[in-house]
Amino acid sequence: MKPSVDLKLRHSRRSTIIKEYAIQTVLIASSLVAILTTVGIVLSLAFEAFRFFEKIPLTDFLFGLEWSPQTAIRADQVGSSGAFGVIPLLTGTLLISAIAMLVATPLGLLSALYLAEYAKPKTRAIIKPLLELLAGIPTVVYGFFAALVVAPIIRNTGSGMGFEISSESALAAGLVMGIMLVPFISSLSDDVINAVPQSLRDASLGMGATPAETITKIVLPAATPGIMGSLLLAVSRAIGETMIVVMAAGLAAKLSLNPLDAVTTMTVQIVTLLTGDQEFDSAKTLAAFAIALFLFILTLGLNVIALKIVDKYKKQYD
Amino acid sequence: MTEYILTTSPKLKRRHAKEARFKWYGRIAITIALGFLVLMFSAIIFRGIGAFSQTKIKLEVSYTESIIAPDGTRDPQILRLANYKPILTAALKETFPEATSRKDKKRIYKLLSKGAVYEMGKRVSNDLALIGTHQTIWVTASSDVDLFLQGKVDAGLNENLRKLTDKDIQSVQYLQHEGLLKRKFNTTFFTNGDSREPEMAGILGASLGSFFSLLVCFLIAFPLGILTAVYLEEYARKSKLTDFIEININNLAAVPSIVFGLLGLSIFLGVFHIPRSTPLVGGMVLALMTLPTIIIAARASLRSVPKTIREAALGLGASKTQATFHHVVPLAMPGMLTGTILGMAQALGETAPLLMIGMIAFIVDIPHGVTDAATSLPVQIFLWADSPEKGFVERTSAAIIVLLAFLILMNLLAVYLRKKLERRW
Repeated sequence: MKPSVDLKLRHSRRSTIIKEYAIQTVLIASSLVAILTTVGIVLSLAFEAFRFFEKIPLTDFLFGLEWSPQTAIRADQVGSSGAFGVIPLLTGTLLISAIAMLVATPLGLLSALYLAEYAKPKTRAIIKPLLELLAGIPTVVYGFFAALVVAPIIRNTGSGMGFEISSESALAAGLVMGIMLVPFISSLSDDVINAVPQSLRDASLGMGATPAETITKIVLPAATPGIMGSLLLAVSRAIGETMIVVMAAGLAAKLSLNPLDAVTTMTVQIVTLLTGDQEFDSAKTLAAFAIALFLFILTLGLNVIALKIVDKYKKQYD
Repeated sequence: MTEYILTTSPKLKRRHAKEARFKWYGRIAITIALGFLVLMFSAIIFRGIGAFSQTKIKLEVSYTESIIAPDGTRDPQILRLANYKPILTAALKETFPEATSRKDKKRIYKLLSKGAVYEMGKRVSNDLALIGTHQTIWVTASSDVDLFLQGKVDAGLNENLRKLTDKDIQSVQYLQHEGLLKRKFNTTFFTNGDSREPEMAGILGASLGSFFSLLVCFLIAFPLGILTAVYLEEYARKSKLTDFIEININNLAAVPSIVFGLLGLSIFLGVFHIPRSTPLVGGMVLALMTLPTIIIAARASLRSVPKTIREAALGLGASKTQATFHHVVPLAMPGMLTGTILGMAQALGETAPLLMIGMIAFIVDIPHGVTDAATSLPVQIFLWADSPEKGFVERTSAAIIVLLAFLILMNLLAVYLRKKLERRW
């Protein structure tokens, strides 16, 4: 018998077990950061927003038709009581997102269909990364391009046709944002289209349908839920996009659905409210947090629905 | 019979035409998207290429000691900020002997950059032997002269609407005729911080700000991301907790970036009092943003390592941790690194959250560490894009070219790593 060896072994085993536990704890702790981040976002937004709603009633915020966050610096100042209605910001955001989606949906879907169904593997290998390059370009670059090139083109074309278009228009921001979303939609739809079983296509082609007929009548309907999911994700992207609209859309909150008007968005207002010189506790800065909370809930809702649809769709053909 | 088969009915013809049309729709869509890409790149390169060189004016200057250092000092710090204006005016007087009136002298002095005096200070404090000598040097011209030389000033425009008057243009043409004007490679752009004068503005400060932010971001997000991925893929059993973590990660990946900025503003700045406008807090915000990207990539990479590797290690008596960290993680590393680099590239281009935590300030000094106030490359682009001076359009485009170059480099590195190190099982 050699008890010493046995003891050593037992000792080393115990230390190994302790080590295992320690490492597992570290692992769990680091994965909790993701939860902590979400909690941090919700708490910080909700806390500041709550303080905002102490000053401005929630109903004024949600249903107010006017947005002019200038609060009076002196008590005797006239005409600057401040109005904090989110509706003009929401319509502005939705207007620009709608223009963006009108551009991105056909371009993204048709590119995805062409790449998935027609393109030779070699062409696909070249074009796909090029399209994805569009997604890798920083949004500040898109914003600069929209303000410097696209907006003047639109204004000049407009004045050539007799329209009066401001230098900052929803159209310019929306068009450029639409291009930014193309790779987003095309790569998500590409996955979805590829998940449609080949047997469906083969059956349709075998019955004598042309490839185009197969795509429009068989593949697309089968992929519709997944495509809807990817479109919803793109909408949520568009709503939360900041730099393009900060640089190319306007600052004036105007309740308008005219794409040639300058409109403002929720993200633009957050940036302008928080980058000016303000004391931290004013209703103006707190309003930014209220808008952000609204934005967060909106995008989160869209994401949850979209992910659910995509998930359900994927399981359908698994 | 044969005839019947070969005859194409008009309906079939229509169907085939439809088929061809449909194919073209796809091609047109791709062409529009890629055409936009080409248009954007060429517009930016066309506008920005001019900023990589800069107009200089040749001057004969005498570094008179009685003007620069009346008290005989040789302290570089003092000499850097000494009075160089009289020296430059004297030199200009030699070049333009006919300009004798006060107004003319003032006008001609304006052909030089406002930063020319600082350039002189730098020259002298770097080489003290210059004092008392006579030298021929090239001094940076003002941005308006530079734009004129590039043909970007419309001389046909009403004199009141342009910055260069007709007399200015005559002087510039005189300099050009005498060979005293030259466009040289613009080192200022790569060695200076921000400035109010376009010709003196550079991207070094912003680039270093970006670098320090990314460093902080990497140091936080890389270990956290990989440990989280390892936990979720290798250790965790499916439970409510892991489900919740997964939902969180997926949703965080889709939260608008500006919301992360607000998180940084109210928690990192408001609760923890981390210094505002610093790469430290910028990097922390970016780390939270890139974390989901890294986790998702790292998980995919861990999943691609075959089960047999784990089983072999465990079978030989390795503990779970040993099997994971000695065998699985090293094999998954290339994929994890690729994902991390792509996440970093995304962080490099991010602007909106940094605006929220004060990295938007006008900062001339070049940051030396993570706690110095700084801005970042995309924020610098945003700030310059907002500047009314015409010279900044060029600078903005040039900064975009540099930013895109960095991004392309990072992406190429990721592709290279994937090709070089990734194994197919």
